[in-house]
Amino acid sequence: MSRVFVDGIGAVSPAGWGVAALRATLEKNVPLPVQPVVRPGWGKPLFVRLVPPPAARPASFAHPRLRRANVITQFTVAAALEALGERVSLVQSGAVRLGIIVGVMTGNVNYSRRFYEEVLMDPATASPLIFPETVFNASASHLAALLGSNAICYTLVGDDGTFLQGIALAAQWLADDKVDACLVIGAEETDWIVADAIKLFHPNAVHSAGAGAILLKQDSGAIAELAAVTDAFPFTQRQTRAAAARRMRAQFPPGAKNELLCTSAQQLPRPDMAENQAWSDWTGVQVAPRAILGEAFLAATAWQCVAACDGIRQNKFAGANVSVVGANQQAIGARFAKPVF
Amino acid sequence: MLFSPSKSFADARSNRVVVTGAGIFTALGPGWRINADGFRSGRTVFRPVTLFDVSRQRSKIAAEADLPAELPATKLAPNTIRRLSRASRMLVVAAHEAWSQAGWNAEENLPVVLGTTSGEMSFGEQYLQQALQSPHAKRRQPTRVVHYQIQQQGLELSNAFGFHGPITVISNACASGANAIGHAFELVRGGRAEKVLTGGYDALCQLTFAGFDSLQALSPTTCRPFDATRDGLTLGEGAAILTLETLEQARKRNAEILGEITGYGAATDTHHLTQPHPEGNAALAAMTAACASAKISPEQIDYVNAHGTATPQNDATETVAVNRWAGGHAKKLPVSSTKSSIGHLLGGAGAVEAVVCLMALRGQWLPPQISLNKIDPACRFQIVREPMDAKIEMSLSNSFGFGGANASLIFRRWA
Repeated sequence: MSRVFVDGIGAVSPAGWGVAALRATLEKNVPLPVQPVVRPGWGKPLFVRLVPPPAARPASFAHPRLRRANVITQFTVAAALEALGERVSLVQSGAVRLGIIVGVMTGNVNYSRRFYEEVLMDPATASPLIFPETVFNASASHLAALLGSNAICYTLVGDDGTFLQGIALAAQWLADDKVDACLVIGAEETDWIVADAIKLFHPNAVHSAGAGAILLKQDSGAIAELAAVTDAFPFTQRQTRAAAARRMRAQFPPGAKNELLCTSAQQLPRPDMAENQAWSDWTGVQVAPRAILGEAFLAATAWQCVAACDGIRQNKFAGANVSVVGANQQAIGARFAKPVF
Repeated sequence: MLFSPSKSFADARSNRVVVTGAGIFTALGPGWRINADGFRSGRTVFRPVTLFDVSRQRSKIAAEADLPAELPATKLAPNTIRRLSRASRMLVVAAHEAWSQAGWNAEENLPVVLGTTSGEMSFGEQYLQQALQSPHAKRRQPTRVVHYQIQQQGLELSNAFGFHGPITVISNACASGANAIGHAFELVRGGRAEKVLTGGYDALCQLTFAGFDSLQALSPTTCRPFDATRDGLTLGEGAAILTLETLEQARKRNAEILGEITGYGAATDTHHLTQPHPEGNAALAAMTAACASAKISPEQIDYVNAHGTATPQNDATETVAVNRWAGGHAKKLPVSSTKSSIGHLLGGAGAVEAVVCLMALRGQWLPPQISLNKIDPACRFQIVREPMDAKIEMSLSNSFGFGGANASLIFRRWA
């Protein structure tokens, strides 16, 4: 028996900075307005959902490691610090061994694109300040430095479902006593090149950005209990997206009226089809954060989990299922429940 | 289920983890034999870069690999094979060798754990170039988007050998390959999987080359790890894949065992995004944790395959860390960095160097660094400078990366 609990949640999204802003926007259930971004060479802009500036610049952004850090790191840090709350000092003092798992799909694409543009102009003058920020694990490194955490720290790369793999990995580290607590963060940032790429596949999809964080512990947790992470069902030559979604759904219980289903649907017929069919028997409450906030890959999956846990914390639901039928890798799900001791 | 509270792994934590297949592709060539011969003799394979223009860079050489004209036969569809670029091709070649050696069959729940820093970055580069130069042209762009993504390379392995299972890609900079193998090791040892296909890969690409050049981390001369006058690293490319399984499973199958993985340690250096702490605390922590994981002391290690990039900072830190970790054992501890032969493979380094350790353990030899001129006097350990036979039972491999990712793996000879 190895129980794992959610003891903190944090979010940065186009709804704003913090879980409260995410909750308020999801409750309204109205897609947020879009903003234009310039696409070089095009007369018309691309449309995305941007994260609004914070009401006040977070004090943590003054840390030396964050001065030149990319935007995705700012999202990562803000979500992580919200999830940690007052426990930050316990990590900084070394009293808590904190594992860090950051999951991304497109990751720090903004600086990568900028750096390669500089290389194309003249590699001899490409900025050595930008290049280190292009490395996938830059955000995890900055966060670890801010927290003074020397414990194990992974950056996972994959499609939307990878955030849930990160949760399962955190549970493994806790069970193996590698760490006392583990932050799992999904983060993405907007860039015209990602919005451009998404349009090739789904013209009506809206790219967005942000981060979501979940703090997991083994001994107790105030918010929710991790009840399950399903197997990961990859999309392969022998397993279609629909088949993978069905197999993922089959690992959940049938569901009850007082439970929430939080899906990865975007309200786009083609990409949503497999997931909608897999959950066609669901009669309880459903929410689809991507349809409201935009497609932010692992950050969006993190919002799903934050919303699920927050719903349990607010006593709105006894349990919550998170379903992810990802962009191009896998179908995977997770289930959270009200903690019972 | 990847997680269920009712699942307990407490009884399975002592599974012994063995390697039953190892595939390797580097600039030395494809396959175990050619690489073993190359590493054993300390052959170096640096040459002028031809993949992209380096005329405006400080460094103009790398360990560029010659890809085979044809990939080995797999279940990949011909149109998929046509779309594969360098990294995927090297990965498939290495995986095919490991898979064939292991004699595995396609299964329904076989996890894949890979490490890489850039995946198929060349597709990302091509995408951006076309998007800027011909903003309205869409030709080939969807293919580039799909194949650029790192998870696609994991899916290609699933498709190539016809199995299913979770695909995990760890991108911890230059420690990625070691972290991937370490994670796979822990999955098997902890009873969470009976078998795992694991490894690391990275191909040369312009963005990364220019990036390291911008940091003045690339050597304008020759890659000379632990040399007193070292002046930087030289990039390489390649892939290595291991098939890991429980000893029990391997014996049941009567599989040939290439070696055993007995320890893994990881730690984070918070000093700087690109520079290690001069005292090497995190490197020391990773090596110490690996020994604890293997339940051995540093005195039991007979060879260290160092991270040894040949940058002034990395080697100085690693030297301090190895000196501290080995203590009095340091003066008779053989150490070498095989990056002096094939360059720095970034996310592929930890995996390729794991295979080098297995080769050394099986062949009972030490890989030398021929290019060394004058040993850094800070090194209290023995740098292997000439090809030599040696009796080695256990080896440790270090991998350290940007962002402070530090990982160490321990291998034991299988006799």
